[in-house]
Amino acid sequence: MSILVTPDTKVLIQGITGSFGARHAKLSLDYGTKVTAGVTPGKGGQLFENRVPIFDTVDQAVRETGATVSAVFVPPPFAADAILEGVAAGLELVVAITEGIPVMDMMRVKEAMKGSKTRLIGPNCPGLVTPGSGEKSHGGCRIGIAPGYIHKKGNVGVVSRSGTLTYEAVWQLTTRGYGQSTCVGIGGDPINGTSHLDVLKMFNEDPETEAIIMIGEIGGTAEEEAAAWAAEHCRKPIAGFIAGATAPEGRRMGHAGAIVSGGHGTAASKIAALRAAGIEIAETPSDMADALIRRMKR
Amino acid sequence: MNIHEFQARELFAEFGVATQPGRVANTPEEAEKVASGLGKGKLVVKAQIHAGGRGKGTFKNGFKGGVHLCDTSAEARDLASKMIGQVLVTHQTGPEGKEVGKIFVGEAVDIARELYFAILIDRATSVPVVIASTEGGVDIEAVAEKSPEKILRLPVNPFLGLMPYQTRIIASSLGLTGPLMNQAAKLFANLYRLFIERDCSMVEVNPLVVTTDGRLMALDAKFNFDDNALYRQPSIVAMRDITEEDPREVEASKHSLNYIGLDGNIACLVNGAGLAMATMDIIQHAGGSPANFLDVGGGASREQVASAFRIILADTRVKGILVNIFGGIMDCDVIAHGIVEAAKETGLSIPLVVRLEGNNVDAGKKTLESSGLKLESGQNILDAAQKIVAAVKAA
Repeated sequence: MSILVTPDTKVLIQGITGSFGARHAKLSLDYGTKVTAGVTPGKGGQLFENRVPIFDTVDQAVRETGATVSAVFVPPPFAADAILEGVAAGLELVVAITEGIPVMDMMRVKEAMKGSKTRLIGPNCPGLVTPGSGEKSHGGCRIGIAPGYIHKKGNVGVVSRSGTLTYEAVWQLTTRGYGQSTCVGIGGDPINGTSHLDVLKMFNEDPETEAIIMIGEIGGTAEEEAAAWAAEHCRKPIAGFIAGATAPEGRRMGHAGAIVSGGHGTAASKIAALRAAGIEIAETPSDMADALIRRMKR
Repeated sequence: MNIHEFQARELFAEFGVATQPGRVANTPEEAEKVASGLGKGKLVVKAQIHAGGRGKGTFKNGFKGGVHLCDTSAEARDLASKMIGQVLVTHQTGPEGKEVGKIFVGEAVDIARELYFAILIDRATSVPVVIASTEGGVDIEAVAEKSPEKILRLPVNPFLGLMPYQTRIIASSLGLTGPLMNQAAKLFANLYRLFIERDCSMVEVNPLVVTTDGRLMALDAKFNFDDNALYRQPSIVAMRDITEEDPREVEASKHSLNYIGLDGNIACLVNGAGLAMATMDIIQHAGGSPANFLDVGGGASREQVASAFRIILADTRVKGILVNIFGGIMDCDVIAHGIVEAAKETGLSIPLVVRLEGNNVDAGKKTLESSGLKLESGQNILDAAQKIVAAVKAA
């Protein structure tokens, strides 16, 4: 098994007719992902790429196709509404790819989601990939914007706030012969649906995942919390990398969440917390897969 | 995005948050007019720049202090004439200082007590949190460290907002009793409304003061606005003062590039924010010093790479460039052509190391090698960082 999604997961795409959503819906189809529905209000009844039915509402799409997971590609002003539409339709998982959603909107989304059965990943995230067993991992479940071909089916779980750093780690693993169970990008915003800790717990319970790479960055305390839990409960070897050691205080480094303020959320404090939890530290981004291999052999 | 002190006071006035009476002035004449419209007591004249430490700063014309007290409107005019158009240097501006375009003239207040009040969105719980303390006018981080019991943290339900009973709890914890409690309840409620309606990520009132004649008012404030929400906050966008921003960052934002200037001499150009931060780190790890953070976005188009090169090269401190691209979905060859074009167009004369990885990477590397440009390829990020650091040291 993998976590969150399998190659059989039926996926719907909110915002499938926008240029961004359409491009990545096509790439997911090419990867072999079961994209079963698209949603664009006002375009219900049409077909995407001559094969994927488009619906006006998520509720309709779920009832008619049995989709259980959605990827949200709609623009920031409408994204909070789109996420909550997926929650109302009873989806298991909503993955919000959209970058630039106002933090007040996400605050209300989180509050409104309390008690619901839906899990949210993101926003401002690359999504997730459970690699398939075909050539270049074809046949897997690709939700979001990650390049599918860099993956390989296997037993390492990857969790990260950043897109391209995740791809680096995955590529390093694949080129060294280590495949992945599932790779999850949780996003770079200060308020997100799923934390490092949530994903670590899932990897720990997943029989297919044998080792974990956790990639973090400056800002907040999510990495420290994950490390503290891992020290007590995680049975699997973990390697970690933290970006942002040279970032100046008070400046937002691209991601809205990547900001050091009042001496909190520094790379040094996070690295210390990871080390204290027995997590092998990758000194540089070139060292992520090798750090995990060192830890597995320890 | 940051705003000026006088703009913060305008926001306070709009939302009914009590503050000291006063107005902004663009000229000494205007300063005199503003001053003569204020009360009979002492006046305060304050230079308007974004940087802190104004009171202890020095103007390049030798005049000391960006904050002064005076008694008459004529004196206010004289102080204004020494500040407006002059360059003020504080510990936050750097040695180059900032030119003062406007000043604030207000009624000076006699302070009985200084308090602290802030609202921010707490990442851990994803709700707004009010932070209040009896220790105002000082560094709140230091208070939090030494005497955490003097700091009240009160979470707010986003759907209910700050409830009246909560404003009373805060007032009571700050020792605001009797008629001051009613003033406090109103001030806190209005400030919370301002925080929500203007999409702030933080409002910090430090100090919140009680005057000797029993008034509660916000004396100084720091606002942070959520950049993601600026599209729906035209009145906040109108307060933007680009003369206060790094011109390189202003230029970069025009090309949808995410750029932050730093002090080092090795520029980097990277796709993705996390990888861009990690690239800065690895430059330092290799013994160099990064000149910037620059994220050209997950896509990294040819045009963006060219604009990024121009912005990087406009900084005369830059002695070398490291390009680090993981072309996941983008074709590395397209990116390589973009780099070659940009390097030729800008007449690049400093060392350039390129590390490309991903889709169609072999074609991309060939394009770079056959370009006739003087550049080196990095095998991986660490190798690339070591090469650029060595090249800059040798130059």
